[in-house]
Amino acid sequence: MTLWWIGSIVLLVVIFPVVVYLLRAVLESANSIVPTVDGIADVARAGSKDLDAASLLITTREQATQTIAGVADYGGSLDQIIDDAVEA
Amino acid sequence: MGMPAAGIAAPGVVMIVAVVLIVLALVYFLVATIVALRRISSGLDEVIVGVGEIIEKSAPVNEIVLAINEQLDAGVDALEGLLVKKAGLEDSMGLIDSVYPGAAAAGLRNFPESAEIEPPHIGETYTLGTLTLARLGREAPIAAASPAGAVLRNVEGGSLAARELYPSVRHTSPQKLPRSPVIGTDAPVQYEQREDIGAPRKRLPTRPPS
Repeated sequence: MTLWWIGSIVLLVVIFPVVVYLLRAVLESANSIVPTVDGIADVARAGSKDLDAASLLITTREQATQTIAGVADYGGSLDQIIDDAVEA
Repeated sequence: MGMPAAGIAAPGVVMIVAVVLIVLALVYFLVATIVALRRISSGLDEVIVGVGEIIEKSAPVNEIVLAINEQLDAGVDALEGLLVKKAGLEDSMGLIDSVYPGAAAAGLRNFPESAEIEPPHIGETYTLGTLTLARLGREAPIAAASPAGAVLRNVEGGSLAARELYPSVRHTSPQKLPRSPVIGTDAPVQYEQREDIGAPRKRLPTRPPS
């Protein structure tokens, strides 16, 4: 009988608070992750939106190629027009 | 019989209450944890979508930027080589320093020794540049809108291409051009001639006292 009482009281006074403490800690940890994940999602969306202009790099590459081709043509003409420097 | 039953019932009730409380706590906290984990899961789904878009959009960036850098490197190599070939390394640095003061200190990328050269005086460089432009003459493609435009130095078309650089209408072969002004004795407009021009001086200039 005494052991029965002791077991019941231990279960009620010790085990139950420990279980509550542990479960509450798990819940708080889980709840603390939620705003962090929401923040990461916002950053990911903003980062994706910032990269919308990345497709314009294709146009930039084509224009750079055309510009350098023009510079090469221009330089080739100058190479024929102007005499080379005379070494002193 | 009643006492043992009551004695057994009392701690049993306490244990049952404790077990029920533990089960209720488990249910409450586990359900709340499940709800929080579901919110985390949905948030991570949004993150994955955003990161996937970032990966997809940034995938060709490296290749494109490398291609642009290669083109720019080729342009820099060509322009530096042409400048040094035509003006010489020392005058090249002077020309650069005259256009962008202080830029000669950095030197040319393909000519590391250029950073040690003291650029010539700006006046000398300017004179050299002016002579170079003058040497280019009328066929210089300085005013051409695009380097890929008309071919200069073309034996057959070079003259027309050169004339097109100037705001003249003569190269269009117009039917009638404005008449040039007529001067001289046959000019339609004669100005009054002063009598004192060409006549002997009425008074000789005096010498200042020494």
